[in-house]
Amino acid sequence: MLEIGLSHYLIVSAFVFCAGIAVMTLKRNAVGILIGAELVLNAANLNFIACGRYRVGGLDGQIAAAFVIVLAAAEAAIALAIFLSFYNSHATIDVDHGDALKG
Amino acid sequence: MSLETVVFYIFGGLMVVSSLAIVVSRSIVRSAVWLLGTLVSAGVLYFLLSANFLGAIQLIVYAGGILILIVFGVMLTAKSPYVRFNARPREIAITALVGVILFAGLSGLMLATDWPAIPDAAPEREVRPVADIGRSLLTQYLIPFELVSVLLLAVMIGAAYLASPEKK
Repeated sequence: MLEIGLSHYLIVSAFVFCAGIAVMTLKRNAVGILIGAELVLNAANLNFIACGRYRVGGLDGQIAAAFVIVLAAAEAAIALAIFLSFYNSHATIDVDHGDALKG
Repeated sequence: MSLETVVFYIFGGLMVVSSLAIVVSRSIVRSAVWLLGTLVSAGVLYFLLSANFLGAIQLIVYAGGILILIVFGVMLTAKSPYVRFNARPREIAITALVGVILFAGLSGLMLATDWPAIPDAAPEREVRPVADIGRSLLTQYLIPFELVSVLLLAVMIGAAYLASPEKK
């Protein structure tokens, strides 16, 4: 319990992952769903780095996490551009209103 | 009790609490503020895992960049006429059930798994994260690195196109 090992980090990241899933299902605001996706990606990153530190060794886990961070930034930029476009045409970012393919 | 244990429990606890607060907070602005707690404590945990470079990148890109972007998104879309973001009780019950089952399953699985150890963990040589990550990005991981740079260019063009107002 006092000796920090891999399983501590895995438990924390499992909790954050589940919180992210809950946020994505519970929020109706599109930005809230983006926040949930960021939580899930952070949980995955924590797993990458913890496994790289305690089990795999070397820097492979850190490099995978770096790529995940880049992809998360790209995803956030595109998602917010889509939200702004959606808000301009629908005057809301309630995702329940986004049920038409043609804006 | 070592310093590592104390720091882990403080920031791991902060990460858990703030991610839970994101779930339960009604207002999206509060969710964004609690996201700051999650991201910063994830960065501290990276430092604790001796991933200095990733910790710095986490603080700069996530806490500095993505969070600002999210707050801008919240601000620009705040005046929504149908603000009805409160979930129904049934949805909350289903989500809580799924979350608890998922967490129990994941953590049980992770604790039950016998993770294979490093072949030779003890003679860990001196790791200099920045230099070594830079070197392997340009040698072993060159193709993913180039793909990511092309992706960033595509994202830049795509975001500018999507956000442009006079697109018909």
